[in-house]
Amino acid sequence: MDITEFYDTFFEEADELLAEMESHLLELDVDNPDLERLNAIFRAAHSIKGGAGTFGFEALQRTTHLLENLLDYTRRGELALRRDIVDTFLEAKDMLNDQLDAYRQGTEPDPEALERICETLRRLALEELGEDAGTEIQGDGPGPAPAAEPPTEEAPVKGEDSQSEGGRFQVTLIGVADKDRDLLIEELAQLGDIEDQQAEGDCHRVVLTSSLSGDDIEAVMCFIAEPEQLEVRGLTAATPPAADESQPEAPVEATPARDKPPAPAKAEAAAKGGDAGKKGGESTSIRVPVSKVDQIINLVGELIITQSMLNQVAEDSETVNDGALVTGLNLLQRTARDLQEAVMSVRMVPMDYVFSRFPRLVRDLAGKLGKEVELVTEGKSTELDKGLTERIIDPLTHLVRNSLDHGIETPDRREAAGKPRTGRLTLSAQHQGGNILIEVIDDGGGLSREKILEKARHNGLAVSDSMSDDEVWQLIFAPGFSTAEAVSDVSGRGVGMDVVKRNIQAMGGHVEILSTPGQGTTTRIVLPLTLAILDGMSIKVGQEMFILPVSAVIESLQPRAEDLYSMAGGDVLLKVREDYLPVVAVHQALDVADAITDPTRAIAVIVQGEGRRYALLVDQLVGQQQVVVKNLETNYRKVPGVSAATILGDGSVALILDVADMHRLVQSKQENPVFGAPTRARPVEEVEPS
Amino acid sequence: MSHATALQTAAAVEAGSQEFLVFSLGDEEYAIDILKVQEIRGYENVTRIANAPDFIKGVANLRGVIVPIVDLRIKFRLERADYDDQTVVIVVNIADRVVGIVVDRVSDVMTLTAEQRKPAPEFGLSLPLDYISGLGNLDDRMLVLVDIEKMLTSEEMALVEEAGE
Repeated sequence: MDITEFYDTFFEEADELLAEMESHLLELDVDNPDLERLNAIFRAAHSIKGGAGTFGFEALQRTTHLLENLLDYTRRGELALRRDIVDTFLEAKDMLNDQLDAYRQGTEPDPEALERICETLRRLALEELGEDAGTEIQGDGPGPAPAAEPPTEEAPVKGEDSQSEGGRFQVTLIGVADKDRDLLIEELAQLGDIEDQQAEGDCHRVVLTSSLSGDDIEAVMCFIAEPEQLEVRGLTAATPPAADESQPEAPVEATPARDKPPAPAKAEAAAKGGDAGKKGGESTSIRVPVSKVDQIINLVGELIITQSMLNQVAEDSETVNDGALVTGLNLLQRTARDLQEAVMSVRMVPMDYVFSRFPRLVRDLAGKLGKEVELVTEGKSTELDKGLTERIIDPLTHLVRNSLDHGIETPDRREAAGKPRTGRLTLSAQHQGGNILIEVIDDGGGLSREKILEKARHNGLAVSDSMSDDEVWQLIFAPGFSTAEAVSDVSGRGVGMDVVKRNIQAMGGHVEILSTPGQGTTTRIVLPLTLAILDGMSIKVGQEMFILPVSAVIESLQPRAEDLYSMAGGDVLLKVREDYLPVVAVHQALDVADAITDPTRAIAVIVQGEGRRYALLVDQLVGQQQVVVKNLETNYRKVPGVSAATILGDGSVALILDVADMHRLVQSKQENPVFGAPTRARPVEEVEPS
Repeated sequence: MSHATALQTAAAVEAGSQEFLVFSLGDEEYAIDILKVQEIRGYENVTRIANAPDFIKGVANLRGVIVPIVDLRIKFRLERADYDDQTVVIVVNIADRVVGIVVDRVSDVMTLTAEQRKPAPEFGLSLPLDYISGLGNLDDRMLVLVDIEKMLTSEEMALVEEAGE
């Protein structure tokens, strides 16, 4: 058997374990640590160590071993936790991540970094336990041996101990599939000598002599089987005397296998199984590459298109009036929609996936900036498309950094302002129609209108004092903008907010800022739930069909002649209630022939893109439907004014209009009339209000 | 590579011959490497793309994939570019992209040996020399061998985003 086949499984599991370790570390209450949490952290380190040993990842094994020892002292209350100790643990966890990455890429981890972290951990052990360790362990009684050993020495020695504390084990596999069972037995054969094996129903018992401990054997097996399916029991008869002696001095495997044979394995299994239901849930879930899910989503998209094509054929042909056919088609439609929804839900992941990385960031940053910050997350279970969650992490990280650096004040300043010393940063997510609303809220000083305006002037941006607050806040998103008095390594270099805005727009969303001086700032990101499907409004211009995202449409109306105002330069404004909105004719922007040119006979769709509202002139509104978004850039290129394409019921392609880009397109066309259409520019007809 | 294609390629290399799909634009006959061809279909249901060069007819739905359609007759300024029952679209696979090219007619698949392939003349052809890999000599017929990949990925085709994007 090639052990490398299991590398990926190990890496994935180790990743999860490390993430779990981090979240537990962050939630630890230093003064009054929760024992369950400490145990969970210890178990995570222990499991990684077991796997690392099996696969021969020495650096990983060494680091986890040292970490595990320290964790063991903490969970037994012999090492009192402090904030800086937790920091060291977190640092070690990061190092483990780096090491894992290195192994994943088939290289050895940086030896210097390894020495550094090992040294840090050893020093911590020496400093914290140097005097205490001896007395305390002596106080514990049973094991006289380790008392004499200095803790620095103890770590490696103990490693050998746990290696040598093997013996005979009975490994029982319960309800393991045949294929996996063979793998497990092969694996066991590598760990020691198999003396005997027999099958009873769905149980398979293997008697094994191994130099490893029961826990180690189990840790190895856990990469293939579920903890519930395993039972590792030490057998007393042939236990080598050496193991006998080593038992009491190995606090890691606290319960000697000899005295209470089934206990360690069972306790471990139970603990793993009951690990907040997380591990238990895994047996009913599967890990699937995203590409496979995407393929299914694509196919379902095709199915929906075919289905609506069939419906259209049935509707159009007058001869078909077969009740059974109509019923069948209706059934097909319903099933296809349900299938689509079900498949789309596969791609959805809870926002916790994103939010869970912030406690660490906030903690580290707040420490660095000398601020006290409490992080609150709301709506962790709100679901969002996996592709979007990954792309929202960077912008969100930037916003959180900004809030911590510029938003929340130092404790002294907060106190002076009559606010609690500890600042509060809230991350929240909620659904709103077909969108997800993500907010980063801080209770800091808020944005300074004057400072922004001053900085904008300094940067040569066109501003005036009469700008509304919203407009002023939008200035922050201009490239190269930063009002930070000092550039720190946290933020303030002025690269960023424009990137944040661009990234969010690329995801089909938008970002806005609300701020009250002295009370804080809220940055609100609105994103579509998924990029794969869009609620579209089909519109007709001339003989061509286009799709408008419903999310961008505010209302539609038939313009009256008296509400249209012609401006110099050919621009037209439409008065809608109290607002004057610029008019963009689709047939002009996209050179559509045979379109209605008289605005009073056309329909004005009021749309909003990038915070700008304007009226889009179209010939006809056709209907509203969900469309499957198809990328135009796969085989072609970006088309101005168009975000993507979709396939209509009749099998033809319709372009999905990009409302914000449409506006830019028209502007650039006005500045440069032959823009983009050198070969077929036709005289642009003026829209004359009659 | 499957066993069969491996054998074919080996045989082709041995004989120095290559298979070409022959199509016509106006009165001239052209040929492209058959291995680049994915399928041949009729010209229908093409959605126009605004602000694109005139030879890009638009995009079409090829079983759920959005494929740009290029009319080579317009690109190379042929006299006529009519669309009728005979008009076909050759769907080619180039540089990980799928592109449809409109031609007047597809005639057949030909195997050309090394001796039958001649270098292209310096001038006198309606296509820029850059995209022509040679001339095929087949009895009294002359085939213009087109390097379709080079042609469609060229900047002037405006099919691919400029480098750096």
